[in-house]
Amino acid sequence: MTSIEAHVQQPYKYGFVTDIESEVVPAGLNEDVIRLISAKKDEPAWMLEWRLKAYRNWLKMTEPHWPNVKYGPIDYQAISYYAAPKQKPKLDSLDQVDPKLVATFAKLGIPIEEQKRLTGVAVDAVFDSVSVATTFQAELAKFGVIFKPISQAIREHPELVQKYLSTVVPINDNFFAALNSAVFTDGSFVYIPKGVRCPLELSTYFRINASSTGQFERTLIIADEGSYVSYLEGCSAPMRDEHQLHAAVVELVALDRATIKYSTIQNWYPGDEEGRGGIYNFVTKRGKCAGANSKISWTQVETGSAITWKYPGCILQGDNSIGEFYSVAVTSHRQQADTGTKMIHLGKNTRSTIVSKGISAGRGQNTYRGLVKIMKGAEGARNYSQCDSMLIGDQCGAHTFPYIDVRNSTAIMEHEASTSKIGEDQIFYLRQRGLSSEDAVSMIVNGFCKEVFKELPMEFAVEATRLLGISLEGSVG
Amino acid sequence: MAKGKGLLEVKGLRVAVAGNEILKGVDLTLREGEVHAIMGPNGSGKSTLAQVLAGHPAYTVLAGTATYDGKDLLEMKPEERARAGVFLAFQYPVEIRGITNSYFLRAALNTLRRDRGEPELDPMDFLQFLEQKLKAIGWDDSMMNRPVNEGFSGGEKKRNEILQLAVLEPRLAILDETDSGLDIDALKTVAETVNKLRGPGRSFLIVTHYQRLLNYITPDVVHVLADGRIVKSGGPELAHELEAKGYDWLRDAAMVS
Repeated sequence: MTSIEAHVQQPYKYGFVTDIESEVVPAGLNEDVIRLISAKKDEPAWMLEWRLKAYRNWLKMTEPHWPNVKYGPIDYQAISYYAAPKQKPKLDSLDQVDPKLVATFAKLGIPIEEQKRLTGVAVDAVFDSVSVATTFQAELAKFGVIFKPISQAIREHPELVQKYLSTVVPINDNFFAALNSAVFTDGSFVYIPKGVRCPLELSTYFRINASSTGQFERTLIIADEGSYVSYLEGCSAPMRDEHQLHAAVVELVALDRATIKYSTIQNWYPGDEEGRGGIYNFVTKRGKCAGANSKISWTQVETGSAITWKYPGCILQGDNSIGEFYSVAVTSHRQQADTGTKMIHLGKNTRSTIVSKGISAGRGQNTYRGLVKIMKGAEGARNYSQCDSMLIGDQCGAHTFPYIDVRNSTAIMEHEASTSKIGEDQIFYLRQRGLSSEDAVSMIVNGFCKEVFKELPMEFAVEATRLLGISLEGSVG
Repeated sequence: MAKGKGLLEVKGLRVAVAGNEILKGVDLTLREGEVHAIMGPNGSGKSTLAQVLAGHPAYTVLAGTATYDGKDLLEMKPEERARAGVFLAFQYPVEIRGITNSYFLRAALNTLRRDRGEPELDPMDFLQFLEQKLKAIGWDDSMMNRPVNEGFSGGEKKRNEILQLAVLEPRLAILDETDSGLDIDALKTVAETVNKLRGPGRSFLIVTHYQRLLNYITPDVVHVLADGRIVKSGGPELAHELEAKGYDWLRDAAMVS
């Protein structure tokens, strides 16, 4: 299996460090640090109070250890909770962004300069604890679409932020969500007004650069009645021997007839072959289909991080609302992933679809964990779940934990699962037709993931297949 | 038939799998444009010969040589053999989920074309190319947009191998028990297609347990493989003799020799 494994375990391509002068607050967490973060963000008093409340909750909570992952203790006092590149205090134009930052994002494939922007995609570029540039803001404003760093939205749209923040993920939802609520620094805020179909794809790229820091992003997306938005997120980090913590919270709210499509390509540094270094990706993502006939669709391609703990879910509150979860999770080397979704059916005739593809290689451990809950009032609810695992080599593992809780007898549930192994026979078959062994593995993995990749916007589908070392050529779509 | 140039020459080939010696010294010469049939009882090493010529990594060559078009075949990786024109129609074709037949075929064809320094075909050009090929062999395109072998019946899988043969146009086509599991109609279709693909630039090595495929494809030479050795070679009439007498008389001969 050596040729197959060598192919899967490609070197990490985004491990460089940007040499830039940064302001980093000393390590440690207490109320003063939270006050400092709030002051740096120039926040109103209510926001500080909210943070402190979250922090006091967090102090009473304990770190969860039920996931099927193993790691040493995290010293929360050894982490710095704020790091920002020093730059000119006031930027009149995006072209005044520090050239080193521009170069960093360009290297990551995210051009932020005016003349080189990606067509059809507006980007918010977040570097450590701050957003350094958000493109197309003015153009989007013409449609009434708000797309800006959340720190800016807190100052400029307090009514919207206050109305929706923590309505989907309460501040004491879980240990990492409480921590995030106390110390979050930046992330994106999106508001799509009634009846508007957002004319651009919205995208946020998160980059961790500073060492010994954590990144705590917060994203809030609100799609008002009858609106539509497609949002993409990507991320990466330098290669370091230490583990770094990334604890994000993402909340989505879809009102009547609104649709939110949320796609992630997670490529945090996964650590080396022996499991040294890599990001701990402990993330809470949840959407609420608050309105009737609304829809939230999550698509994720998780290839990075030493440990991933993440269950993007949907609360299907509105009648006839739809929740979807499409996932590809790859673990190689000593990566561990415990990921899946939660679909909570409250409204009548609510429907959910779950398609999960886990790929394990090297000594990777991949766990699907999903909850489908049909509440009493959810007449006529339907769920379809499909969990497929692929094993590459004989030292990795795949695990599936589907939880089903049905309290209404009209519910219809379907669950399919499969486990397969890439074998020498499959590889040989493709090589016999002239393909190299690398291309053979790529083709098999690509085919395995197809149902998920076809849900991604085209730019991301290309990126996703490339990440898995796959030559794409129209097989997706 | 005028004798063509030698294409494949196997000498004293001994092969083991999982520590068991299966081929115990095979000699075989195949010229350009010739069709040879390898017949023999179960366990005689027929499929091993097919697999080892294609380069399956599970087989260990203990001794002997195989020269293909003047090159040391056994030194070449499976994909290098494929690119040099060696094609194996598998006895048990594998399934590849989520990849359509046409995508797979185009990827394979373009790999071969790249290797020959020819321009790759884009999806539109490929579609045209494929249409011509299908027309030439009288098949429709119903299998093209289905995932490779997924959910195919046994017969469809075998037909799919022959379709790939038609598209990839190898110089040496090895058919490993392509007839097994085919009903009589499918067998005829496959045989007719192979006959259409016969020509001076293409040689066939047809591995089969039964003579019935050879009712439709007339080989130039028939070899009988028993206990890892070719114990008898002859013309097409040998196949009929085997059909009538079975293999035992030859197996006994092999034991004695």
